[in-house]
Amino acid sequence: MTIHHFDVAALDYEKAGQVSSQIKKMVKEYGFDPITVRRIAVATYEAEINLIIHSHGGRVTVNYEAPWLYLIIKDIGPGIPDLEKAMRPGWSTASKEAQAMGFGAGLGLTNIQKNSDTFHLTSDPSGTTLELGFKKHTEESA
Amino acid sequence: MKLQSALKLIQAKPMYIYDPAILWRDYTYAAATDLMSDALAMICTNCNRTILLTGLANAQSLRTAEMLDITTIIYVRNKRLSDDNLELAIEMEMNVFTTPLPMFEAIGILYREGFKTATRHDDSSL
Repeated sequence: MTIHHFDVAALDYEKAGQVSSQIKKMVKEYGFDPITVRRIAVATYEAEINLIIHSHGGRVTVNYEAPWLYLIIKDIGPGIPDLEKAMRPGWSTASKEAQAMGFGAGLGLTNIQKNSDTFHLTSDPSGTTLELGFKKHTEESA
Repeated sequence: MKLQSALKLIQAKPMYIYDPAILWRDYTYAAATDLMSDALAMICTNCNRTILLTGLANAQSLRTAEMLDITTIIYVRNKRLSDDNLELAIEMEMNVFTTPLPMFEAIGILYREGFKTATRHDDSSL
């Protein structure tokens, strides 16, 4: 089992994507197939952008326990007021600044869910936690 | 269609080419959007034959392409990367071009020439 932590600061648009880039390289080294690497990269990137746009800051934890890779994205608030709405494609509370970056289309959580094998989201005003799982395909299961 | 021919049709000029061999590679698919989440909703199986067209000339368009394993981006409406973002493109080994054409015209030409919509790997309906 290997665990890595990456901190993500709120509103740090300049560095957006750096953590996802590092995690993508790491996952390649773990020997995941290219499609799964892309799915992990997309989910991580959307989650990283969400941390930057919507949270007070947070942390991405990568836990590789073969054949599963778990991503835990945890922030320190302010929480998602309505989880049902947040999961609805097209619903967004993103700022103009986030929209100018090409985000805030209300597709982030949907994209994350579509790309992950397991998806668990909890939220209250003290913070939001997103737990994702990705299974490494062996040659037999691919 | 060879990338070189596609670029000529839409009057695209290079900002940086990491791998000149791509100019003679056949490209078949294109994604055209200014919304990066739209692009991220597409997980292509033929990323090395897919072009991303966008008017969003910033680091996030480069990061989005990086996550999708797309290495060729064409910026429309004469958009150009800033020096810092061009450095990032070089670091990422991207091939980046700019065309004076607006998005509608650029993708219209590519569509007419047989380019297909880049689709999700599990979506055969598109």
